[in-house]
Parts: sequence; structure tokens; C-alpha cells
Amino acid sequence: MGIVTPDFGLVFWMTLSFFLVLYILKKYAWKPILKSLKAREKSIDEALKAAERAKDEMDGLRAENEKILQEAREEREKLLRDAREVKDRILADAKVDAKAEADKLIRVARAQIESEKLSAIHEIKETVVSISVEIAEKVIKNSLDSVEKQKKYADSLLKKIELN
Amino acid sequence: MLKKFKVILIFAFSLSLIFSANYAYSQHGEDNHGENGDEKKFNPGEMIMGHIGDEYGWHIMTIGEKHITISLPIIVYSKHSGLSVFMSSKFHHGHSSYKGFRIAEGEDNPNKGKVVELVAEEEVRPYDISITKNTLSLFISIIIILWIFISVAKEYQRREGQAPKGLQSFLEPLILFVRDDIAKPAIGKKKYIKYTPFLLSVFFFILLNNLLGLVPFFPGGANLTGNIAVTMVLAMFTFVITTINGNRNYWKHIFNTPGVPWWLKLPVPLMPLIEFMSIFIKPFVLMIRLFANITAGHIVALGFFSLIFIFGEMGGVGAGIGGGVFSVVFTIFLTFLELLVALIQAYVFTLLSALYLGMATEEHH
Repeated sequence: MGIVTPDFGLVFWMTLSFFLVLYILKKYAWKPILKSLKAREKSIDEALKAAERAKDEMDGLRAENEKILQEAREEREKLLRDAREVKDRILADAKVDAKAEADKLIRVARAQIESEKLSAIHEIKETVVSISVEIAEKVIKNSLDSVEKQKKYADSLLKKIELN
Repeated sequence: MLKKFKVILIFAFSLSLIFSANYAYSQHGEDNHGENGDEKKFNPGEMIMGHIGDEYGWHIMTIGEKHITISLPIIVYSKHSGLSVFMSSKFHHGHSSYKGFRIAEGEDNPNKGKVVELVAEEEVRPYDISITKNTLSLFISIIIILWIFISVAKEYQRREGQAPKGLQSFLEPLILFVRDDIAKPAIGKKKYIKYTPFLLSVFFFILLNNLLGLVPFFPGGANLTGNIAVTMVLAMFTFVITTINGNRNYWKHIFNTPGVPWWLKLPVPLMPLIEFMSIFIKPFVLMIRLFANITAGHIVALGFFSLIFIFGEMGGVGAGIGGGVFSVVFTIFLTFLELLVALIQAYVFTLLSALYLGMATEEHH
């Protein structure tokens, strides 16, 4: 029966000391341990959540960046397109203008040539007239000794005159 | 620094106990156990019972006829002579009496092994709160447990929010295990935090003492959690806490169990009676389970060791050595098994306590 009979002395000491153990451990060990475990769990939880949030934010930022880049790209495309158009238009305009100018110049030149020609012809005519008059004068002046002489003289004069 | 100081303190305490050990020679060499021959017969039953039981001094070892025992204080109170406090060495290993007290002997004596007082030629058992081997072991384990957990708690406060380190990281999984896998599912999310300190204390107390019980020499070796007084007190704490915290729902469940046919309750209150008994059976089972498991392990281990001496007595030294090899191998195996049992029993006691607490505090569903 020895080992299955609880001994009064041991029951007494066990009850007393285990009660104290429960009290002391609860106050000085479990309370701080459980408290700091809880705090740590909470802080880990929060850190994880914060990381998740930061990740979301990063994703948002990245999407925004992408959008901005896309917009910039489009803007550039548009600018380039516009520039090309402007260039083309300017070129075309310039061509048209140049042609008009050239035409005008040609026209003016032609007119001038024409008038120059006219005036030259006029001058020739005048010269011819004056030469003719001169010849006639000389012929008349030489008085006509003989018909043959007259004729000879006229011929020699005519030879001298060179029509341009 | 403080830590070192504590280690030194504990060491000094242990040393003082060892130095106060009684190196007395046994003066009764010839009347050891078997009184009929010169050679004493090895009695395995007595040896095993001696080891798993309690004693008034802490017997460390015997070299030849020389017993090395830590002498422990005996504190008794009797109506006849009042309070007496003296050291157990005064009994000279149970062979002499002191101030009218002696250790009862004899096979049929109900007080065998206990301190009795001789009053008018009759052995009377006084109120006995001696610091026995188990009591000392209890105190040592309490010092260890308080030291461990208070220093760990300090570590937690010092390193708030940081990852655990050292002893802290060894104990944290166990603490979390008790909190998250025993207390939380058994008691429920709302109330578990109130009972977690109790469950943690019980778990680590049982675990530490189970493990100390496996250490074969001082300060281990006492069969504390295999002592029915200790397991009784542990179960008592569970019982008291359960009963105090039992809510209306719990008592209703006992005296008017819902979902049971009325004829089991009305003329003869069979169901309430059974339920009422279960209040006491539950802690009783807790007490028996821990006691029986640990004691059984000790008995089997000691049985294997007894084989060495039985073989030795039967077949001489050679057989003893052969038996020794065999026994040591088996004891190693058994010790591993006992390590497992130490953990499992601590777990089971804590889990069942948690379940009983859970039942007592369960809200109406």
C-alpha cells in the first residue's frame, strides 16, 4: 500500500509550494512572456501588413509610371507627326512660292527681252534709215557724172554698209 | 552577472547538502535485510520500492558498508511531545530511535518506513511534515523552474519585439505549443488567456520533474511525479480551478443533462449521479495516469538493473557482467522511451486539464 497512499507531509509541502509556484510564475514569468509574445506577434502582423501595403503602393506607382511613360511616348509621337506635317507643308508652300517667283521672274525677263528686242529692231531701223539717208546724200553729193559712175559708187557704198 | 551569481548560489546549495551528507559507517553490517545469513540476499522488490518511494534522507550511494546519505530535516508534531525538528541522521539509517521517535520496521507494519513515536509501547504516527527526499526534490525543481522562467521572462522584456535567443528560443516553441495547441483549442478563443498561465506552470512542472526523475543521481532520481501525493495535489489544483470557474451551463449539464431521456433523471437520478461522480473521477484519473505512467517506467528500469544482481547472485560475476550488458542496452532503450513518456504525460495532463477547464467554462451553445 506504500506507494499508493498519499503522504501527508508531501501533500502539505506540494500544495504550499505549488501554490506559490503558480503565483510567482504567473506574476513574474508568464505575464511578461505572454505579453511580449503577443506584442511581437502583433508587430510581426503589422509589419507584414505594412509590407503588403507598400507592395500595393509600389504596384500603383509602377502602373502610374507606366501610364506617364506611355503618355510621354504618345506626346512625342504626336509632336513628331506634327513637325513632319509642318515641314511638309512648309516645303510644299515653299515650292509653290518658288515656282510662282520663278515664273514671275521668267515672265519679267521675257517681257524685258521682248522690249529690248523691240528697241533693238527700232534702233536698227533707225540706223538703216540714217545710213540710207547718208548714202543717198553721198550719192546725190557725188552728182552723178555718169550713170556708170553713179552705179559704181552706189555699189561701193552698198558694200561698205553692213547690215549688222 | 546576476545569472552567474545564481548558478553559484545553486551550486553552493547543492554542495552544502552533499557536505552535510552523513558518511557514517553502518554499524549493523550483519543485520542488513536478510538476518539469517552472513551474506545478504538481494531483494529486487525491496530495492525497487525503496527507489520509487520516499525516504527521510537522500541516499546517494553505498560503498561496501558505507552509506552516503544527505541528511534531511525531520519535522513532526505530536500531541504527546509537541513539535520536534531534527536531522534524519539521528536515526542512523533507521536503526536507532531519537527522542522517542523511530522509523517503523516490520513487514506487516502499516507505518513501515515512516517516523513513529513510541507512546506507552505503542507506535503512534505523528503529524509529519518532514523534508523528505521527494520534498527536497520538489524544492530543487521549483528553484530550477523559477530560475529558468524568470530569467527567460527577463530576456523577453529585455529583447522586446526581437527574435528569441538561447534558452528563450528553446522554450518558446513549448510555450507556444501549450498556448496555441492546448489552451486555445480546448478552452476557446475568448477565455484561454486566463488559464494559460496555470496550464503552462503545470506543463513545465510535470515535464521538468519527469525529466529529473530520469536522471539517476542527485539532484535527480527522486520519483516526484511518480508519487501519488504529488499527482494528487496537481489534480486537486485542476479540480479546484475547474469547480470554481464552472459556469451555470456546466452545472446544468451535470444536474440536468440536456438531450437525455427524462426517465434517466426523474424517479432515479441516474444521469445526474453519474455526471456528479464524473466531477471527481476526472481529477482522480488525472492523478492515477501520471502516477502510474511514471512509476511504471521507473519500476521497469529498476527491474532491468535488478537483473544484473540476480544474475550475479545466481551465476557469479561473469553472469552478472553478461546480465549487465543486456540490462544496460535495455535500460538505454527504456530511457528513450521514458523521455517520450515524460513529454507525453506532461502534454496529456495539461491537455486534459485544459479540456476540463474548457468544459467548465463553455458558453451555452
